[in-house]
Amino acid sequence: MKVKYILEDLDCANCAAKMENEISKLEEVSSVSVSFMNARMTLELLEECAEETLNKIEKIVKKIEPDVKLKKI
Amino acid sequence: MSKTKKEILKIIISFVMLILAIIIKFPNEYINLALYILSYIIIGKNVVIKAIKNILNKQWLDENFLMTIATIGAIAIREYPEAVAVMIFYQIGELFQNYAVKKSRNSIQSLMNIRPDYANVIRNEKVEKIDPSEVKLDEIIEIKAGEKVALDGIIIDGNSTLDTSSLTGESIPKRVQIGDEILSGCVNITGLLKVRVTKVYEESTVSKILDLIENATSKKAKSENFITRFARYYTPIVVLLAILLAVIPTIIYKDTSFSIWLERALTFLVISCPCALVISVPLSFFGGIGGAAKQGILVKGSNYLEDISKVNTIVVDKTGTLTKGTFKVQKIYAKDISKEELLKLTAYCEYNSNHPIAISLKNEYKEKVDVSKIEQVEELTGLGIKAKVFGKQILVGNATLMRENNISFDEIQEIGTIIYVAIEGEYSGYIVISDEIKEEAKQAIDTMKKIGIDKIIMLTGDKNEIAQAVAKKLGIDEVYSELLPTDKYQRLEDIMKNKLGNKKVAFVGDGINDAPSLARSDVGIAMGGIGSDAAIESSDIVIMTDDISKISNAINISKKTIKIVKQNIIFAIGIKILVLVLGAIGISNIWEAVFADVGVSVIAILNAMRAMR
Repeated sequence: MKVKYILEDLDCANCAAKMENEISKLEEVSSVSVSFMNARMTLELLEECAEETLNKIEKIVKKIEPDVKLKKI
Repeated sequence: MSKTKKEILKIIISFVMLILAIIIKFPNEYINLALYILSYIIIGKNVVIKAIKNILNKQWLDENFLMTIATIGAIAIREYPEAVAVMIFYQIGELFQNYAVKKSRNSIQSLMNIRPDYANVIRNEKVEKIDPSEVKLDEIIEIKAGEKVALDGIIIDGNSTLDTSSLTGESIPKRVQIGDEILSGCVNITGLLKVRVTKVYEESTVSKILDLIENATSKKAKSENFITRFARYYTPIVVLLAILLAVIPTIIYKDTSFSIWLERALTFLVISCPCALVISVPLSFFGGIGGAAKQGILVKGSNYLEDISKVNTIVVDKTGTLTKGTFKVQKIYAKDISKEELLKLTAYCEYNSNHPIAISLKNEYKEKVDVSKIEQVEELTGLGIKAKVFGKQILVGNATLMRENNISFDEIQEIGTIIYVAIEGEYSGYIVISDEIKEEAKQAIDTMKKIGIDKIIMLTGDKNEIAQAVAKKLGIDEVYSELLPTDKYQRLEDIMKNKLGNKKVAFVGDGINDAPSLARSDVGIAMGGIGSDAAIESSDIVIMTDDISKISNAINISKKTIKIVKQNIIFAIGIKILVLVLGAIGISNIWEAVFADVGVSVIAILNAMRAMR
């Protein structure tokens, strides 16, 4: 399953890299790319555990940069 | 007040207070101290709060935390001006970074200002202004002068000129009339057009292109990954070194003071943030991709922009890239009648045929065909046409047709397809038709060689003589002719197997029948990709026009971007290491560290923004 987010108010490039690194460690995620310049996150998830995984991912994003607002597209 | 203005105001207020505290000797030194502390709070409050929040989130070693420790450390050893200055310059750097990022984002946005806001759809004989995504297939939309074409479609009424520059980078407007297919994202310049929609919005050219650009930076270049990995280790290592620097000397040398070494350790913390580097690399690629898009070159990922600079072999599929893919009359030889007459008779014979050769003959004739003069036409598959026009029996076709009808003629050896003509059983001449080489092809090949392409290989399904002639004319190094589409793929595989080291192979095609090769090569470049779904999907770089010289432009943009990225990496890492070393031995202090850090950021970002131009 492919999911895309706009990360509003993503201000720090290093944070984007950190998010990408941490999310890629999740078992349920087969690939993730956080583009700082476009403020976008593209995820490829394993089918089954979507809802729960998305919550985890949101938590990671908020933990690294609390001001970021996630918007699913 | 906007966020940015607030930040600027804070910087100014705190800077003024800092200056006052430094130069004026107040009678009570607590006033100076109060000024320092107050200016520190104004400028640093948010950073400290963020640092605390991050620690609660178990996010150690982020930039806020590092700045907080560095400045609080400075306050602890009574270096008040340094503490405030570090915060002020850190904020200036941040502000500048945000400005640069915002500016780049905006310029890409404006570049992508092709998104149509509405469509005028005709429903129940009334024009309704609705969202383009609500228009259904086969509905009729109206496009007034000055409006954007909202969806792909076919013109059913009206004629006009279109500005396609935002799609193709081509500045000359394009004339269109009834029956023409037009693409969303173009701007209608003159007349009113009625268009039958052939693709819903999600599948229209404009949304595909927007999607492509928006996702381009998701595919990261190697140097981008290198820098994020570097950042992951750099900060912890520098922080560890800072701790060691503060602790070890004070244990070893009994007579030194702790505060000297602590100050040196603090300079480490000030330059431990890798932000400039981490931001400048994607910023450069983003700029490069944007600059390319401006010229009608769509790069689908930062990695491809990086790879195309390493290309040394270009494999080109001839038709549609080097040649126009349309047949054109090259030569007319007439015996006993005028050339015009010969062409006229053949055009009449071919009138009802849709064969590419017939079309090229009709195009060459240009004048209107009087259908009443065509009496009977017989199409002989694989041979040509037998027809009666203007009351004369005419044969138009290849040598076999002539032989079968026992016509004595001279067999001609020329490049291209040769059409022999016989009138009333008498040989009357021939017409040579061939695929046209694009005007810019020679120049384009020369430029490619000049900028470092070692080998240009042409693949074609055409006859060997034609292929050799084209190759010779253009200066192509290797030719493989008479290939079936599957053979082309096989050839490409062989070429890829023989490539050298880290060099890359690019394949250039027009997207028709060569999608597998576009996907297989290191860098697949689709020409004239606009409107062809297969090309856009399977290629890595889409050249919107069918101008082959854009390939060199793409390579140049790529090389420039890579150069900027390298400059930034070497410059930023170099300066940081230098200041770290000087800081460790006590030559440079916190002031220099702040300038090094913010200065490097600003210079790296300014350099990165050059990639756009």
